[in-house]
Amino acid sequence: MYDIAIIGAGVVGGMIARELSKYNLSLCIIEKESDVAMGASKANSGIIHAGYDAKCGSLKAILNVKGSRMMKQITEELGVKYKNNGSLVIGYNEEDMSAISELYKRGKNNGVEKLEIIDKVKLKQLEPNISEKAIGALFAPTGAIVCPYDLTVAAIGNAMDNGAVLKLEFKVKSINLSDGYYEILSDKERIQAKYIINAAGLFADEVAGMVGDNSFKIHPRRGEYLILDKEFGGLAKHTIFRVPSKTGKGILVSSTVDGNLLLGPTSEDISDKEDKSTTQMGMSKVINGALDNVPDIPLRSVITSFCGLRAVGDRGDFIIEKSKTNFINVAGIESPGLSASPAIALYVIELLKKMDITLTPKNHYYPNRKIYEPDKSKYGKIICRCEHISEYEIVKAIHTNPGATNVDAVKRRTRSGMGRCQGGFCMPHVVEILARELNMDFEKITKFGRNSKITIGKTKVMS
Amino acid sequence: MKKIDLVIIGGGPAGMAAAVSAYNNGIKNILILEREDSLGGILQQCIHNGFGLHKFKEEFTGPEYAWKYEKQVLDLNIPYQLNTMVIDISADKAVTFTGEHGGSQTVQAKAVILAMGCRERSRGALNIAGTRPAGIFTAGTAQRFVNIMGYMPGKRIVILGSGDIGLIMARRMTLEGAKVEAVCELLPYSSGLTRNIVQCLNDFDIPLKLSHTVVKIHGKERVTGVTIAKVDQNRKPIAETEEYIACDTLLLSVGLIPENELAKSAGIELDLVTGGAVVNQNRETSQIGIFACGNVLHVHDLVDFVSEEAELAGIAAAKYISESVKREENRIIFHLSEGISYIVPHRINSDQNDVILYFRVANVFKNVIIIVRDNEKVLFKTRKQRVMPGEMERIRLTADMLRSIKGDTVYIELEHVN
Repeated sequence: MYDIAIIGAGVVGGMIARELSKYNLSLCIIEKESDVAMGASKANSGIIHAGYDAKCGSLKAILNVKGSRMMKQITEELGVKYKNNGSLVIGYNEEDMSAISELYKRGKNNGVEKLEIIDKVKLKQLEPNISEKAIGALFAPTGAIVCPYDLTVAAIGNAMDNGAVLKLEFKVKSINLSDGYYEILSDKERIQAKYIINAAGLFADEVAGMVGDNSFKIHPRRGEYLILDKEFGGLAKHTIFRVPSKTGKGILVSSTVDGNLLLGPTSEDISDKEDKSTTQMGMSKVINGALDNVPDIPLRSVITSFCGLRAVGDRGDFIIEKSKTNFINVAGIESPGLSASPAIALYVIELLKKMDITLTPKNHYYPNRKIYEPDKSKYGKIICRCEHISEYEIVKAIHTNPGATNVDAVKRRTRSGMGRCQGGFCMPHVVEILARELNMDFEKITKFGRNSKITIGKTKVMS
Repeated sequence: MKKIDLVIIGGGPAGMAAAVSAYNNGIKNILILEREDSLGGILQQCIHNGFGLHKFKEEFTGPEYAWKYEKQVLDLNIPYQLNTMVIDISADKAVTFTGEHGGSQTVQAKAVILAMGCRERSRGALNIAGTRPAGIFTAGTAQRFVNIMGYMPGKRIVILGSGDIGLIMARRMTLEGAKVEAVCELLPYSSGLTRNIVQCLNDFDIPLKLSHTVVKIHGKERVTGVTIAKVDQNRKPIAETEEYIACDTLLLSVGLIPENELAKSAGIELDLVTGGAVVNQNRETSQIGIFACGNVLHVHDLVDFVSEEAELAGIAAAKYISESVKREENRIIFHLSEGISYIVPHRINSDQNDVILYFRVANVFKNVIIIVRDNEKVLFKTRKQRVMPGEMERIRLTADMLRSIKGDTVYIELEHVN
């Protein structure tokens, strides 16, 4: 019997788990996929927003500004890359500039520091590659970037270091309340917990429905991205936005913490919560939108494209509240969810405190991750040529909480396969290392769990 | 800092041939740095035959061809280090690398030969729409799984791109019991060698769909199929021609890119068309004492010419190290007419020896005359029934011809005849 079960191992579930692991509680994180950070947390812009976008007084506004202030320290504790690159909202006409002045006012009211409206001259100084057509911008020096999946892996790993249990490939089928505790069932397993925190992302409405709470709906909003070679990360010194529209903040151009150039996302409401396919039209939109802001982007150097699905709630704000007995919903966490995630965790603790649960801090809490240290002299060989990732780093990723069990999980933890050749050279080696370290058959190694097997069996000679 | 006369980066066919040739020209203090766990480079996974016809007048498999050179490296005791990755070369030829036992090391070289080969263009570079399931491989990665590791990447295959590795893999997968549904080629012609189209596709009744591309990838966990479509003259898919092919694997053979990140770090001038360094007839780059040969310089279709080119680089590096003569000014540059996409070498600064020009045409042409001229004076002329981008052209300019050249620009032209 766990004290608390957290459903969903995304950045929100992860941050909550880490915060709760500071207390004397038994925790279980449940995730339907084969790894953590498999939903929106692995496919988003990685921006720590300053906090000028959301409506004053909304949870989005309050938690964004607070979370963004917490982010630097958290990333330091977790050993996650963070870069305070600042962000710019570019104006191209008077209409844009009046929207920008609204954003400025809203930001001030939300408590965003150091906001400034700048003219073309200053904009050109800050961002030399910006379009000649730009006439001014909102400059938010507190804007920053992180790697969202790295942050999620680290937060959950650290929660595990502090005693939390992670159950992967546990797809919740039903939840029953009996004798003051919940029974959570998948096809294969059951666990019991006194409290449930529903951080199931796109599926949070379905999970809430399992306890009879049908008070909200979540729908997927597709966002497509393109990533360019590291050679061109320097094209954008800041995160460059257009003036936001109803459906989002438009196509941004930003460097990533790892030095690539990121373009996207589109914003398209769809119906299938599992449709993460990119589209020709989406990719063209990304390209055109990005070129409007930064005309010299070398599209020849695109190394990959991907798609993420935002979990959009139907209330216009984050849904973070007590639901049925001992059940908390943390739902509709679309942008600025990543930025807000540390503050969301604190907010959830406050909700729990109002419930019948005792939170006593642990005597021994480790704010830093416990890293498995393989023998460097044994594993010095470089496996990923493009990103210069050694076998040491791959073995480390397999054995450090939460351990990588498939090729994509290794990729997200080490960047092996994320470079310009996209795994062409390193992937067979990574499969070999996974099979060896996990003592598994080569042909059982997957790309991302379940039936995503890399190879289907032996060749004639081998079998 | 340890001093080494000649550091060769890459122990594939180019690196080994360059090492042997430098050694035979008097340089003994050599170090070959190879990132894989054996010498031979990509040849080790090319277990089909067809290698060596030009060079040895005999057909070898890839590993056999590699062994021809590996044996010489071993017999001559040329030092090499495996599982070693070069991470930086400075313009003054300090080479930093890291080995299998960790930690990095820097050596000072008098000369460097770049022989890192090339990599395959990936799915991401093509922006193919759809999902990102398991079962999408570059042809070379699949070749490694099958030929080196002994595992099958799938059993129902669609291949996009008709580059040589894709063609070879179409046959290889068929021989292993897989069904190759189709090979789609965006262009109206294949970029592979004619003999590969005949021996790898036609002989196995595998359809080659020219002017076709993959427009969407389907499948959540493993690939379940691809949508292909015919493309128009601008290579844009025609919607009405879309066709779904069920498959569990998509192999990509859509181009090779010289791996020149190290050349960039050494500040070497690159040719935007080849993706390799700009070189003179000695295969010396814009940085004095740094040479390049093989697929890192320009992608070859036959390893025989890689060896030939590497020998030139080896001789030149040896000469550079032992004579330390000042590099002569470039005497000749080339002007390419429309229809010729690139030429190697880019410059000539000596008329002491014959120079072989390697170049590729930009399209398939029938009945052309290739003309090399010095202003009005024709130096060389040859008629070809057919030229194609997939097959490199070679022309020898003799030392006598070079000495006769008055201008500083030599024109390479294609004349179309009926």
